[in-house]
Amino acid sequence: MNLGALLRQPLVIALALIVLLLAFGEWLSPGFAAPQQILRLLIVAALLGIVAAGQNLVILGGREGIDLSVGGIVSLSAIVAGNLMNGTDAGIPLAILACVATGALFGLFNGLGVTLLRIPPLVMTLGMLGVLQGLLVVIRQGIPSGRAAPGLSQFVTQPVLLGLPGIIWLWIAIGVVMALLLTRTVFGHRIYAIGSNEHAAYMAGVPVRAVRVAIFVLSGVFAAIAGICLLGYSGSSFANVGEQYMLPSIIAVVFGGTPLSGGKGGYTGTMAGAVLLTILQSILTTVHIDESGRQMVFGATLILLMFFYGRGKAMRA
Amino acid sequence: MAAAAQTSAGGMRRWMERYPFLPALLILAVLLALNGLYQPRSVSLVGITGLVKTYLALMLLAVAQTYVIYAGDIDLSVGAIVSLVNCVIVVLMQYLGGSAFSALGAIGVGLAVGLACGLANGLLVAAFRLQAIVATFATSIFFTGIALYVLPVAGLPAPAAFWRTYGGRFLDIPFVFYVAVVLAVILWAMARTRLVMQLLAVGDDAQRAYQSGLPVTSVRVRGYALTGVFAALAAFCVTGDTASGDPLVGGKMTLYSIAAVVLGGTALSGGFGTVVGSVFGALIIGLINSLVYFVGTPSEWQNLVQGLTILIALMAGVIVGRRAQG
Repeated sequence: MNLGALLRQPLVIALALIVLLLAFGEWLSPGFAAPQQILRLLIVAALLGIVAAGQNLVILGGREGIDLSVGGIVSLSAIVAGNLMNGTDAGIPLAILACVATGALFGLFNGLGVTLLRIPPLVMTLGMLGVLQGLLVVIRQGIPSGRAAPGLSQFVTQPVLLGLPGIIWLWIAIGVVMALLLTRTVFGHRIYAIGSNEHAAYMAGVPVRAVRVAIFVLSGVFAAIAGICLLGYSGSSFANVGEQYMLPSIIAVVFGGTPLSGGKGGYTGTMAGAVLLTILQSILTTVHIDESGRQMVFGATLILLMFFYGRGKAMRA
Repeated sequence: MAAAAQTSAGGMRRWMERYPFLPALLILAVLLALNGLYQPRSVSLVGITGLVKTYLALMLLAVAQTYVIYAGDIDLSVGAIVSLVNCVIVVLMQYLGGSAFSALGAIGVGLAVGLACGLANGLLVAAFRLQAIVATFATSIFFTGIALYVLPVAGLPAPAAFWRTYGGRFLDIPFVFYVAVVLAVILWAMARTRLVMQLLAVGDDAQRAYQSGLPVTSVRVRGYALTGVFAALAAFCVTGDTASGDPLVGGKMTLYSIAAVVLGGTALSGGFGTVVGSVFGALIIGLINSLVYFVGTPSEWQNLVQGLTILIALMAGVIVGRRAQG
C-alpha cells in the first residue's frame, strides 16, 4: 500500500462508520437520516469540529500536545459575546473581536508556559482550565448571561446559501483553510516537523518555540469562535456550556486518524470524526433508554471504535 | 569556595533525587503556617481533623493516579470509579440492612469493583494498546453509566454505622487518623514492592525494560488494577464524608488527582516520583482552598484565586522538579 492510501485510511473508516450509523439510526427511528435532520446534526458537529480544529493543531505539534482549556475558553467566549452583543446585531463585530482576542490571549499564556517554562501541555492547560472556571464564576456574579444577536442566531441555525446555514459554510471554509495550511504552507510543514521530531526540526532551523506558541494561540482562537457560534445556537449562554467539548474534541481528532503522539494526521479526518461522534450521540438521544444505558452504550461504542484507530505498536526486542 | 558551593548544590540534587516531594513539603509547610496565621483554629486538632476528613479521599485518589503515572500512563476514569464504588456500597449496605457486618461486606465488594474497573482499563490500554487518555475517558463514561444504573439519583443515605465510624473517634482519637496511619504504613510497604519498581522501570524506558526481560504489558495492567483498588479506597472515604450515594460524586475529582500528582513532584512522563508527594499535593490543594477562604476573599473571587494559585504551584512544581532531576 502506498503512503497516500495509508494516510487516507482513517478518513475512509470514519466515513464508512458515518454511513453505517446513519443507516442504523434510520432503521431505529425512521426520519433520522432525513435531510433536515442531517443538517441539524451537521450544525452540532460543526461546533465540535471548530473546537477540534485547534485541538488538532496542538496534538499534531507533538510533545504530548493536548489542550484541556478549550472547554473553558468556549464558555468564556460565549458569555463575553452574549454580553457584548446583548441581543443586537450592532454588537456583533465588537463581540467577535473581543472573543477572538480573549481566546488568543489564553492560548498565548498556554503556549508561553509550554515553551518558555517547559511545562507539559497537559499540566499547563489543566491549570489554565481551573483559572478559566474561576474567571467564569466571577463574571457570572457581576453580569447577566447575555443574549445572542438575531443575526448571529440566524447565521448558525438558518439557511443562508444553497440551503446551508452559515455555520456549515464557516466550517467548510475552516476545513479548506486547515487543509491548505497543513499541506501547502511552511507553517503547516513545520507543525508536522516539530510533531514528529522536535530535535531534528530544531536542528533544521525550524523556530520550534514560535510554532508551538502559534498553535496554542490558534487553539484558543478556534475555541473562541466555537463559543460565539454556540451562543448563536443556544440563544443565550449558560454556566460551563463549553465543558462538554473538552474531551470530545480530543476524541474527534483521534477518530479522524491523528494519533495523540502527533506528527501525522490532518483536519479532514477530524471533521469526519466530529460528525461521527455527533451522530453517535444523536442516535443515543433518539432511542428510548435510560441515561444509565445511554452512557454505557456510548462509552462501550467509543472503546469499540477506538480499535479501528491508532493502536500503539507492540513491544519488540 | 566554588568547590564548596558545587558540593552543596550536588548534595541538594542528591536530596531531591531521593526525596522528590521536598518542594511539595515546603509549600505544604508554608501553606499550613499561612492558614494558621489567618485562622489559628485551622491548625488545631479539630481543624486538622476536618482537613484530613475532607481531603483523605483526594489523597487516596492522587495515590491511585500516581501508580499509573509511574509507568507513563494516565487514568481519566478514577473519578468515575469513585462514583461507581460509592453507589455500589451505599446501595448494597441499604440492601443488607445497614449493620456493621453489611458495611464490611460492602467494603469487600467495593474493592472488587475497583479492581475490576482497573483491570478493564489496564487490558484496554496495555494489552489492546489503546491510547490511555481517550480509552480511560471512554471507560469513565461507561463506569458512570453503571453508577447511574445502580443509583439513578443522588441522595440515598449511607447507614449511620458507616459515616459515624468515619467521622467519629476511637479511644479519643479521630478515626480518620487511624486511617491515615494505616495508609502511611501501606504506602511505605508498597514503595518497596517489586511491582512499584517495575512500574517505575517501565515509565523510565519501556523499550529498555522490555529488552531486559520485564513483562511490560502485565506490569502496566497490574498498575491500572492497583489504581482501581486505591480509587475504591477513596470512594469509601467519600462515602464516609458525604454519608450518601451520588452517581456523579467523583467526576470532578479526576483532574484534581492529576494536579495533586504533579504538585507532588512526580513526572507525568513516568519513571520518577513518590506517592508521598501525591498525598502532599492533595493536601496542598486542600490548604489552598481553605487559605483562600480564610484570607477573606469575596466568595465570587474564591474559585479564580484558587485556580490561579494552583496554576502557579503546578508551574513552580514542574520547574523545581526538573532542576532536581538535572
